[in-house]
Amino acid sequence: MTTPLTPPKRKNPLQRTRLPVLPSGIRSRTAHLLTQAAAEGHFGLPACSACGAVHYPPRDACPKCLSPRLVMKDVSPLGRVAAETIIRTSTDAYFRERMPWRIGTVALDAGPAVIAHLHGDVREGDRVRLALKLDKSGQAVAIALPEKETPNMGDDPQLRELTLDPKFRRVLVTDARTPVGRAVIEALVKAGAAIVFAGLPETWKPAAGRDAIAALDRVEIHPLDVTDTDSVQELAAEIGGKVDILINTAEHIRPGGLLDRRGVQMAREELEAGYLGLLRLAQAFGPTMRFRGADGTNNACAWVNVLSVYALTNWPAYGAHSASQAAMLSAAQSLRAELRPGGVRVVNVFSGPLETEWYQPVPPPKVAPSQIANAIVDALRRGLEDVYVGDIAEDVRARLATNPKAIERELG
Amino acid sequence: MATTGTLAAFATALATGAVEVVDLTHTLSPDFPTLVLPPEFGQCAPFRIEEVSRYDERGPAWYWNTITLNEHTGTHFDAPVHWVSGRDLPHNTVDAVPPRHLVAPACVIDVTAESTANPDFVLEIAHVEAWEKQHGRIPPGTWVLMRTGWGARDAKAYANLREDGAHTPGPSPAVMRFLVDTRDILGFGTETIGTDAGQAHHFDPPYPAHYYLHGKGRYGLQCLANLDKLPATGALLVTPPLKIRGGSGSPLRVLALVERT
Amino acid sequence: MAAFSTSPRAGYDGVVVAAPVTVPYRRYSINSAHWWIGRALRGLCDAARLSPADLDGFSVSSFTLAPDTAIGLTQHFGLSPRWLDFIPMGGASGVLALRKAARAVQAGDATVVACVAGDTNHVDSFRRTLSTFSRFAQDAVYPYGSGGPNANFALIMANYMQLTGATREDIGKLAVAQRANALHFPHALMKKPLSLADYLNARPISDPIHLFDCVMPCAGAEAFLVMREADARAHGLPFARILGSIERHNAFAEDVIQYRGGWAVDIDALYAQAGIAKGKVDFVETYDDYPVISMMQLEDLGLCARGTVAEFVRGNSFTVDGSCPHNTSGGQLSVGQAGCAGGYLGLVEAIRQLTGQALGAQVKEARVGLVSGFGMITYDRGLASCAALLGSA
Repeated sequence: MTTPLTPPKRKNPLQRTRLPVLPSGIRSRTAHLLTQAAAEGHFGLPACSACGAVHYPPRDACPKCLSPRLVMKDVSPLGRVAAETIIRTSTDAYFRERMPWRIGTVALDAGPAVIAHLHGDVREGDRVRLALKLDKSGQAVAIALPEKETPNMGDDPQLRELTLDPKFRRVLVTDARTPVGRAVIEALVKAGAAIVFAGLPETWKPAAGRDAIAALDRVEIHPLDVTDTDSVQELAAEIGGKVDILINTAEHIRPGGLLDRRGVQMAREELEAGYLGLLRLAQAFGPTMRFRGADGTNNACAWVNVLSVYALTNWPAYGAHSASQAAMLSAAQSLRAELRPGGVRVVNVFSGPLETEWYQPVPPPKVAPSQIANAIVDALRRGLEDVYVGDIAEDVRARLATNPKAIERELG
Repeated sequence: MATTGTLAAFATALATGAVEVVDLTHTLSPDFPTLVLPPEFGQCAPFRIEEVSRYDERGPAWYWNTITLNEHTGTHFDAPVHWVSGRDLPHNTVDAVPPRHLVAPACVIDVTAESTANPDFVLEIAHVEAWEKQHGRIPPGTWVLMRTGWGARDAKAYANLREDGAHTPGPSPAVMRFLVDTRDILGFGTETIGTDAGQAHHFDPPYPAHYYLHGKGRYGLQCLANLDKLPATGALLVTPPLKIRGGSGSPLRVLALVERT
Repeated sequence: MAAFSTSPRAGYDGVVVAAPVTVPYRRYSINSAHWWIGRALRGLCDAARLSPADLDGFSVSSFTLAPDTAIGLTQHFGLSPRWLDFIPMGGASGVLALRKAARAVQAGDATVVACVAGDTNHVDSFRRTLSTFSRFAQDAVYPYGSGGPNANFALIMANYMQLTGATREDIGKLAVAQRANALHFPHALMKKPLSLADYLNARPISDPIHLFDCVMPCAGAEAFLVMREADARAHGLPFARILGSIERHNAFAEDVIQYRGGWAVDIDALYAQAGIAKGKVDFVETYDDYPVISMMQLEDLGLCARGTVAEFVRGNSFTVDGSCPHNTSGGQLSVGQAGCAGGYLGLVEAIRQLTGQALGAQVKEARVGLVSGFGMITYDRGLASCAALLGSA
C-alpha cells in the first residue's frame, strides 16, 4: 500500500539546500532505443528483424542469429518478479541518499529477464507491468509497476523520482492570456498543484477569461511579458525560488510564409514571443530550478514548452511561424542539456493547428486547448519528454520518421 | 559672454527660476501602453530595453543598453508623412521639420472634468470658442494641447480598452478643420495615446486629427504628461524629435518653458 | 552440413606449476598496478632463482593496468617474451592463465611462463572500476542503484536460497569456516574471528546480502610459473601436476536467474580427464566473491549430488582439518579481493598445499586439489567459469 504524499512543509530558510546528484547517465548508443521509447511513453524491447528474437540488454547483433538488423519492437510489458532485493547501502552518490531502494529481476512474458526498479506495491512473485521511464539523468530505466492501478500509485517515492507529477508542486504558466494558457491553468489546479502562478502579459489590455482564472482556488495572477526582459526578471526575483514546474504557453501565431509578408516586423514579434521569450525565461528561472532539482517533495522538476509540430518540419502556410518554432525547439533542446545536471526535465509538447483564432480557416482535425492541457498533465504524471498531441502531430511524426523529404513536399 | 539681450535675459530667468522648465514627458518603460491596432495590421512595438553590459564580463567599466521601440512609442511626435493625407507634402518627414517649428508657444484647453465624466468626450468648436472668450483668440503657429487629466491614470484605465476598442477623449472632425484652417495651428497635442479619440475610427473622416493635421503639414504630440502644470497661455514648448532619415515621427523629450511670477 | 568431429581432450602430462608467490595485500595503495605486478615478477624470479631474461612467456591479469595492457609491461619490465597473453577476467583469471600457459609450454611455444595477476586499489579505484566495467553494466545495472555487483548477487542469492532451501545459516557456515582458516594465514587482511552470530547479525547491504557476504577490495598480486616437469626438477623447484581443466562461458543463458555455472556442463569431463572419481578431492578452492557462489560451485563441481547442497553443507565441515577443506587460506572473504589476483588466490594456495608449503594451516596428505574460477558479471550473472584439478608431484 503506497502511503499517500502529504503536502510538504514550508522550506526552512536557514537550512542549506540539498544539491542535485544524478544516477549514472552513461549509455551506449544502442541503448538509446530505450531512451526514445521512454521519452515518448512507449514500451518496447530490442528485437531482431531477421529471426524475431527479443533481447535485453540492448546489443549490436542478435544473440540468436547474429543479424545486425535490430529494431525496437512493441512487446507485452507484462511479466513476473522472479527475485527482489532491498539495497540498503550503495557507493552510488544518488542512490545512497535515497536508501532503502528496491530492485528486482522481472521475467517478462516476451522472454528477456530485466533488472528493474520496483514500485512499492509489487513483491517477489507478483505479476507486473514493466514501464520504461526517464530517470533524473534523463536516461531510460525500467520500473515494474502493479499490473492494475493501485491507490496513490504515483506517490510511491521510487516512481516519483521518475515522474514530474504536479501533485503538491508549484507551477508557473507563462501566458494566461491565451486559450491554451487558460486551459493549462485549470488542468494543473485539478491535477493537485499546490499553487499555479498565472503569468499575464500587458495587464493594461483586457484579457478574456481573466476573471474566471482569478476566481480559481490556488491561482495567483502575476504580470509577465516574455518579450520584456525586465518583466521576466522581476517575476523571477519574486517567485523564482518557488517554481517547481514551468509551463511556457507564450505564443504569437500568424499565418504566412516569407514571400507573402512584407518586412520582418511580424517575424520579429514571432521570435520575441517564441525563441527570445524562451531565452529570457530560461535565464531568469532556469538556474534556480536547476539548483532546486533535489529540494524535497516539491523539488523543481520540469520545464514544459508548447510547440507547433511544424517546428520539426516547416509548413509553408505558416512558414514564418514554423521557423520561429524551429528556433524555439532547438533552444529547448539546449535547455534540456543545460538543466539536466539539476535533474530538471524539459518536456516538448508538439501539436498541429489549434482550435483557436489564428488557425480559424484551417480545416479539421484541430486540437482543442483542453487537449493540450490534458496532454501536459499526462506527460508530467508519466515523466515523458516528447509529446505529440492530436492526429496531425502523430501524422507528422510518423511521416518524418519514414521519409522527411516526402513530408517536406507534402506540406508545400 | 553676452550679458545683455533677450537670450541673456532668458538664461538669467532660467537660473533664478523665473522661467521654469517643466517636463511633459512620460518615462520610456516596457509597461507603458501603446496603440493597439487590429491584430492583422502591423503593431506599434512596445518599448524594450536589453542590457549590453553592466560593469561586468560583458564590459567591465560601463553600463549601456540596446533599446527597441516604434517611432510612435511613448511620448512622441507625429510628422505629416505619418498620415496618408500628408504623404506628398514637402518637408513632411521628421528629419525635414524646420528647426524653427521645434520651439513654439502652446495654448492649453482644459476639459478634465468633461473627460473624467465621459471617457469618449469629443472636443467641439463650441469648447474652443468658450476657451477663446476667456483667454483670447488662439494665435497662428501655436500648439493646441487638449488637457484631460488622462496622464494620471493607471495603465489599464489609461488605455481604457473594451470589447469595441479604446475609449479615450479626442477632437471632432469639425474642430480639427476649424483649428487647422481658421486658426492655423502648428500642431495638436494630447495626454492620450493618439491625437484622435479612442473611437475615432467611427468618425467621418476616420481619425480626423491625423487626417487634417498632417494633410496640412502640421504636427501631433501624444502621451503628454503634466499639462496641469501649464498656464492656459504663455508656455513655450520645445519639441525636437530624433532626426530619423525619412522618419514618420519619434519619441522625444517635450519640455515646456513657463514663466513663474 | 556435416557436424564437426570432437577430439578427446589432451592431458597435461609433463607440464607443471611451481613457485607460488603472494605479494602481501594492502587495503589501499598509492602504487600502480604496474608496481604490484613488478613485485610479483621479482618474487617469481627469487623463488625460482631465475633472472627476468629467463622468463620467455608472460601472462598478465589486471583491471587497473590502463592505459597499458600486457604488451606495455614487456618494455616496462625489460622482458622479451616469445609468448604473451592478457587475461583481464577477474575470478576466472588463474585457471584460464594456467590452461593457456600449459598448452604453450606443451607445444614448445614457451619454456617458462610467468603467470601474474595484480591490481592496485586507490581510494576511489573500486568505484571507478565498477563504473567502467562493461557495456551491459553501464546500460542495464548501474542505473539501478547498487553502484556495484552487490544487488545483482543479492538477486541470485535470494533465488538460490529459495531454490535449494539453503538458509543464511548454511551460507554463513562457509564464511565462518573460511575465517577460521584465515586466522592462520599471514597475508589475510581480516584478522578477527567471525562467529555465525556475527555473520547473521551483520549490517545488511542488499537483502539478503549482509556485510560478511562481501569481500573487501584491496591491492595485491599473486603469481606462479608454468614449465616442463623436467625443468622444475632440474631447478629443484617443488611443483604440482596439472591433472585436468575445463572452461565454459555464458552457459545456461536461458536460466532466468543464474543458479548454476558452466562447470555443470563439463564437470564429468574434468574428472575423467584427471582419472579421478567425482568429488574425490582432498581440498577445494572455490571463487568466493560471495559465499552463496561458493555454495553454487560445490554443487556444480560435483562435491554433492545436484539438489542436495544444503544438506551437504550442513553435514560437513570446511576448515582445513574438516571433512571438506575449503578455501584453505581463508579465500577472498577473509584475505581480501585484490582485483584479478582474487582469481589467482585459490590456485596459488592449491600449489602451496600440494607442495607442502602452506603458509597457514596445511591440509594433511594433500594429493589432489580442485580449483574453481568464476566471475565477470556484466549484466545479471557471472559469465566466466573454469576449473582445474591439480595433483601433488
